[in-house]
Amino acid sequence: MNIIGHKYIFLAISGILILGSFLALAFWGLKPAIDFTGGSLLEVEFSGNRPSIESVKSKLEPFDLGNIIIQPVEKKGMILRFKHIDEALYQLIITALGEQEASGKQPESGIRNPETVITKRFDSIGPTIGRELSRRALAALVLASVGIILYLAWAFRNVSKPVSSWKYGVIAVVVAFLHDVLIPVGIFAALGNFRNVEVDALFITALLTILGFSVHDTIVVFDRIRENLRILKGSEPFAMTVEKSVKSTLVRSVNTSLTVLFVILAIFFSGGETVHYFSLALALGVVFGTYSSIFIASPLLVIWNDWTKSK
Amino acid sequence: MAIEKKKSFKPRTARVLAIVFLFIGILLGFFNVPSYFDRFLAWSGIRDLTGFTFQQSLLHFPFRLGLDIQGGTHLVYQADVNNISTSEQGSSMEAVRDVIERRVNLFGVAEPLVQVERGGAEWRLIVELAGIKDINAAIRLIGETPYLEFKEARPDAERDQILERQKEGKMLNEDPYFLATELTGRHLKKTELSFNNQTYQPEITLELTDEGKVLFAELTKKNIGKPLAIYLDGAPISAPVVREEITGGKAQITGDFTPKSAKELVGRLNAGALPVPIKLIAQQSVEASLGKESLERSLSAGIIGFILVAAFMIFWYRLPGLIAILALLLYTAIVLAIFKLIPVTLTAAGIAGFILSIGMAVDANVLIFERLKEELRQDKGLQDSLEEGFRRAWTSIRDSNISSLITSAILYWFGTSVIKGFALTLGIGILISMFSAIWVTRTLLIAVLTKRAQNWKFVFFSGFSK
Repeated sequence: MNIIGHKYIFLAISGILILGSFLALAFWGLKPAIDFTGGSLLEVEFSGNRPSIESVKSKLEPFDLGNIIIQPVEKKGMILRFKHIDEALYQLIITALGEQEASGKQPESGIRNPETVITKRFDSIGPTIGRELSRRALAALVLASVGIILYLAWAFRNVSKPVSSWKYGVIAVVVAFLHDVLIPVGIFAALGNFRNVEVDALFITALLTILGFSVHDTIVVFDRIRENLRILKGSEPFAMTVEKSVKSTLVRSVNTSLTVLFVILAIFFSGGETVHYFSLALALGVVFGTYSSIFIASPLLVIWNDWTKSK
Repeated sequence: MAIEKKKSFKPRTARVLAIVFLFIGILLGFFNVPSYFDRFLAWSGIRDLTGFTFQQSLLHFPFRLGLDIQGGTHLVYQADVNNISTSEQGSSMEAVRDVIERRVNLFGVAEPLVQVERGGAEWRLIVELAGIKDINAAIRLIGETPYLEFKEARPDAERDQILERQKEGKMLNEDPYFLATELTGRHLKKTELSFNNQTYQPEITLELTDEGKVLFAELTKKNIGKPLAIYLDGAPISAPVVREEITGGKAQITGDFTPKSAKELVGRLNAGALPVPIKLIAQQSVEASLGKESLERSLSAGIIGFILVAAFMIFWYRLPGLIAILALLLYTAIVLAIFKLIPVTLTAAGIAGFILSIGMAVDANVLIFERLKEELRQDKGLQDSLEEGFRRAWTSIRDSNISSLITSAILYWFGTSVIKGFALTLGIGILISMFSAIWVTRTLLIAVLTKRAQNWKFVFFSGFSK
């Protein structure tokens, strides 16, 4: 397989994916969770029959909760999302939900048993906290990338021929951002549109972890390039050195990603609700991160080198 | 870059070290899951002889579980410090924290956390109550903490002006009759309940601190002949007219109390009146059974993940793979022990971070073993290939791990408690993995490499060698 030789094919594939992600973001956008917007999430379990979504909605109407989104969970549970409320209102809501079947329609068994409602989880976040989190998330993304570029520029400082050292850092981070982070974000925009998947603080955490992992993966390839450059001292074309380096790190890249993917899939399938989409984001990031460190980052290094030379 | 030739130690030293690692691993294992050690003691009869059990000894450190796992509630209150000068805000918030702490202690929660946090110009109070059954009662009790204020009458002109504006529907939040003063519940020293000798009505006596005494004297001197109102939680409960300057630092409330409500109020005031009003702006509550479920799920995810990684490593790298898994076991034991010792609060996300680090920890091994195979293909001896493999893989292990550490550090800084947990477990994992994957694996590999092993090169190749 000739990776550098076919570089434009790989770049085109990624280009299409990146364009698609941009479009998904532009048209659908991400669905922010209450962490960012403020609002309430209430997970309840009914000890008896679960009332219908319609009846719960009508029961909650008098409380003026704004747009209520209700989603059934497992057999007896239900997740409700609405605006930020205070403790007193929350108590009223729980009482109202409990009255559901007792005062509602004809009970099936003929026994008028008031349903007990158990709160499994209740999060209510005010809008100020949400805004603050969004600000911090943005700052964290910027800081992490700057930190990594600086470190890479320093770590590759002795390798300046034929490509100056800071370019390694820039390529590693830009590829990580525009490819490995952006594509999962695009996929989550689509998931948000079709499956109502929301992005929360953990999603930002996943993105930052992807950033770290993806750069990590690219560095291993670049490190090999760095080493081969030192050994060969420019006796062969740069493109050939890169090709050789990518190939010799190929098995490692795939194997590392596989072990990481194994644990992520374990979390995805049995880690529970809170980390379900978190692990999905991570898995996507690892797959695209591995792909980009082999097929995108190194070819870009060659292209940048050719371009500088032809000037 | 200077490449130092690391001196390898002799197989015998390595073997001794390998046994030491094994022992450390077993000891840490007992430290992490002491119930197994106790079972062993009971089985061997040592417990009957000495009465010693690990879980009751000083060496027993329990894991600290996050609220989302043991159930509990995380509350964020915002304090309204508008009426307090900037220099005193800090000490007022500390007073609030002390009061809330006393209240929280009334529920008998183990290790409650009450913390003051400053975000820009805003002061917040974080309250975390773990493992409590009746979250709602707790929130109600904290929220009901009384906020006491002394207010003086507004000048007439100002009052009329505000009343006029209020008719037009403006300034509705302004109290037209009374003005806030500096004297608040912060200056309260003691509260006592007594009954009036003539009317048998309950009376509440407020005894003020020294600072409050001075303020109260000034206030009464200024307002002779005028009413001085006492507000509780923003509502007036009594507004006696001041007859003379009061220097003794005692004020009396004769509101519309029943003996029972007066007694309750005294109890609450003694537990502490809040120097500044607080408002609940965020809460996250998880019921204990849901937490238990997510712990069980996280644990099974960890075990499944470990088995998958182990199966893959042994299948692909054979003997070195097996050794990498031994090192990974030691890694797991060390990291869990560190979680207990620091202690790190384990949340579902934190456990996910740790599980993720298991997958990433073998990365260094993968790097080294791939190098090892390359060296072996060039027909170098096992010993030499091993040294070269480790030496050459080092720079990429270092650089890649440092970039991951940078992200963990930033995540930790950025984090809410959930994210902090993840960042911390991932960061600790990465640091320890550099030790276990490089040093431990190397030592164990040298330990099993005897001269005879030279003939077993096949155990070093992958299942699908090129």
